[in-house]
Amino acid sequence: MNSQIREWCDRIRLAGQSGTALELRGGGTKAFYGHAPEGEVLDTRAWRGVDSYEPTELVITLRAGTPLTEVAEVLAERGQELPFEPPAFGEGATIGGVVAAGLSGPRRMAVGSLRDFVLGCRIVDGKGEVMRFGGQVMKNVAGYDVSRLMAGSMGTLALMLDVSLKVLPRPVADFSLRFEIDQATAINRLNQWGGQPLPIAASFWHEGALYLRLAGAGAAVEAAVRSLGGEALGDDDATRLWREVREQTHPFFGGEAPLWRLSLPTDAPPQAVTGATALEWGGAQRWLRGEHDAVALRKAVAAAGGHATLFRGGDKSVGVFHPLSPVVARINRRIKTALDPHGVFGPGRLYRED
Amino acid sequence: MGQRNEAQLGVKEGDFSYVDRARLIEALKSAVPPECLLVQQEDLRPYECDGLSIYRQVPMAVVLPRTEEQVVAVLKACHHLKAPVVARGAGTGLSGGALPHAHGVVLSLARFNRILDVDAHARIAVVQPGVRNLAISEAAAPHGLYYAPDPSSQIACTIGGNVAENAGGVHCLKYGLTVQNVLRVRGVTIEGEIVEIGGRGPDTPGYDLLALMHGSEGMLAVNTEITVRLTPKPQLARCVLASFDDVAKAGDAVAAVIAAGIIPAGLEMMDQPATAAVEQFVHAGYNLEAAAILLCESDGTPEEVAEEIERMRVVLEASGATEIRISGDEAERLKFWAGRKAAFPAAGRISADYYCMDGTIPRKRVGEMLLAIQGMEKKYGLRCINVFHAGDGNMHPLILFDANRPGELDRAEAFGADILELSVALGGTITGEHGVGVEKINQMCSQFTTAEIGAFFRLKGAFDPDGLLNPGKAIPTLNRCAEYGRLRVSNGQLPHPELERF
Repeated sequence: MNSQIREWCDRIRLAGQSGTALELRGGGTKAFYGHAPEGEVLDTRAWRGVDSYEPTELVITLRAGTPLTEVAEVLAERGQELPFEPPAFGEGATIGGVVAAGLSGPRRMAVGSLRDFVLGCRIVDGKGEVMRFGGQVMKNVAGYDVSRLMAGSMGTLALMLDVSLKVLPRPVADFSLRFEIDQATAINRLNQWGGQPLPIAASFWHEGALYLRLAGAGAAVEAAVRSLGGEALGDDDATRLWREVREQTHPFFGGEAPLWRLSLPTDAPPQAVTGATALEWGGAQRWLRGEHDAVALRKAVAAAGGHATLFRGGDKSVGVFHPLSPVVARINRRIKTALDPHGVFGPGRLYRED
Repeated sequence: MGQRNEAQLGVKEGDFSYVDRARLIEALKSAVPPECLLVQQEDLRPYECDGLSIYRQVPMAVVLPRTEEQVVAVLKACHHLKAPVVARGAGTGLSGGALPHAHGVVLSLARFNRILDVDAHARIAVVQPGVRNLAISEAAAPHGLYYAPDPSSQIACTIGGNVAENAGGVHCLKYGLTVQNVLRVRGVTIEGEIVEIGGRGPDTPGYDLLALMHGSEGMLAVNTEITVRLTPKPQLARCVLASFDDVAKAGDAVAAVIAAGIIPAGLEMMDQPATAAVEQFVHAGYNLEAAAILLCESDGTPEEVAEEIERMRVVLEASGATEIRISGDEAERLKFWAGRKAAFPAAGRISADYYCMDGTIPRKRVGEMLLAIQGMEKKYGLRCINVFHAGDGNMHPLILFDANRPGELDRAEAFGADILELSVALGGTITGEHGVGVEKINQMCSQFTTAEIGAFFRLKGAFDPDGLLNPGKAIPTLNRCAEYGRLRVSNGQLPHPELERF
């Protein structure tokens, strides 16, 4: 076994024996997300690089500490990409952190979420055992899907060493439109368009303007541009807009006010709340700025079939993530124990009572 | 027909012989009305196997509840008596995942067959688990929508079973597997508690239990309601039929299509024995001289399809296709597909029995695998025809045999086991979409180490601590692996010395 991996296995084993918590950390760009990290830092950046990349297999296998920028460059050389467009949220983001955070970017509704692209992984569990799940093939139902379980687990289940991801060719054409419409109209339109075979890749609504991104075959994008109307965005403006939305550097996300993320059915009516609002993902991902009563907000969102996360800032004592039902919470605790019996990894990062 | 029952499987997975049949039936009688309970041998017989009929086992009882309350009552009763429960949909599975347990109950979801809601605006359908896969698309069709995953058994298989196996189909390279198209599963735990996983939105808080439920083979919870995502129907689909004089060239053509940045809606390959078998009775018009054919489909708007078909044609020609035909209309497209879709029945026509494998391997190893299979045909004295989802490397070799001839079933199984072992050795997996069930449980020992298998059992324990849901399937005990002689140990440590060997 590689000496770095052996060292980590030993460290994890010792941490379990001594009751020491470990914070699994890559670039630390998502430390703001979830409850505050606790424990000694285990820096994954010592394990970096592309293990294998087969463009014709549409699969890349990466060491967890590989910088996201390096991944993007390697894929771009062969005209491919991570189509779920994960946010980096700063310099130095690693692929391990990206998978652990489980966050997807603007094109999520069109292409699928990060977890949909996870094919396999190698991990070290809380007892210091190296294990491999899934693989490098698109279809695999041998054993439970532990690899996808890693997505969004925020470093609380296991240390991820390597991850295999499905990749896709970049769309031939990418073009954006702008419409001046209010939120309710935008939600309605997005749902109507969503039911038609249109090459809609992404959407963003804020302050009376809906931006729509089309991507796919050149002919399909051209035909959609003709039929949808709206005002065309220049390529540079479009590239900047979608980057700002993905990285939350758009002015909507600026300032110190708390940022709430709502995950909702695409057709849920606008929330009856004050404060600035933005929506993405055809209406399925909505953002609220400002102080909100967590209990009331979560109740309203749950009634609509969704959930609410205190994404950035604010008073985290209300719980960052939407409370789980007692049964689901119990299963979550048991899953944590199944992989991390001594509670070494990221205690309390997801839920404080962990 | 030759068959296997529990005793012949060799290794006991867990001893449930303490279950008292009379007590169990008594408890089930108070859980469901009489018309929902089957206990007579002749009534139980139709449930003794699923689509993998070489394994048969009559259960102690079959329950066919109509309501979720009844499912809760049945599970509570079984939990109380510590009796195994095997959930069952349409029974079309090909890996024996719904094989009954000798000391247990089969819980059929056949009566959970209602489509509860089709919300065209939000592109969501809420259905019961016993709803057939195709019925969802039929209900969505008036809205220009459909449910994308289309396993070949879609006219019969149910959505509950699709979730349990994470079913695929010919379009999953572009549209995803079941796991990418399900938003929510409502189920009941073995303890009789309702568990809601997922919602109507795109994601849920906590660990991704929805991913875990997919392909879990009924071992974590019993589904009672499923919310699926509906997809707009493409305006048009066209198919390219390309012939090759060499299987390796056809394999390379698949890679070349992907390398050109094309993600076909479907990309299927058949070898010469397979085309010969289907042509005998569907007359799809395949080139019988060809060593292999590829079916390459494009869908979308008319403009998009025209553009993509032209790109496909250029790549396939450059890859050495000896003949290229492009479907001119829908009738011709369906004719091209008719042969591929008839592969399994065709195997049934030319052979008394056939055994379908499901390994997935990296696309670039397909040529190697086909060559190896030719060698195995000689080794085992059996024929094998090959059809597969070339786009994602998921192969379905069909081993032809006659179970009435002494020794052929054993040889077919050994042949199949060789293919699975080679799938793992080539960097793939033993099952792409059919599941492990009881069929491939021994090969799990080749694919996973003892530590990994231990983790699977602990994860199952997070849902089902007593191990009552579908015991003996999907995840092998370490004793079984020791018996099979395939204990895989990581990090160069010695195989578990504490385990008894026999």
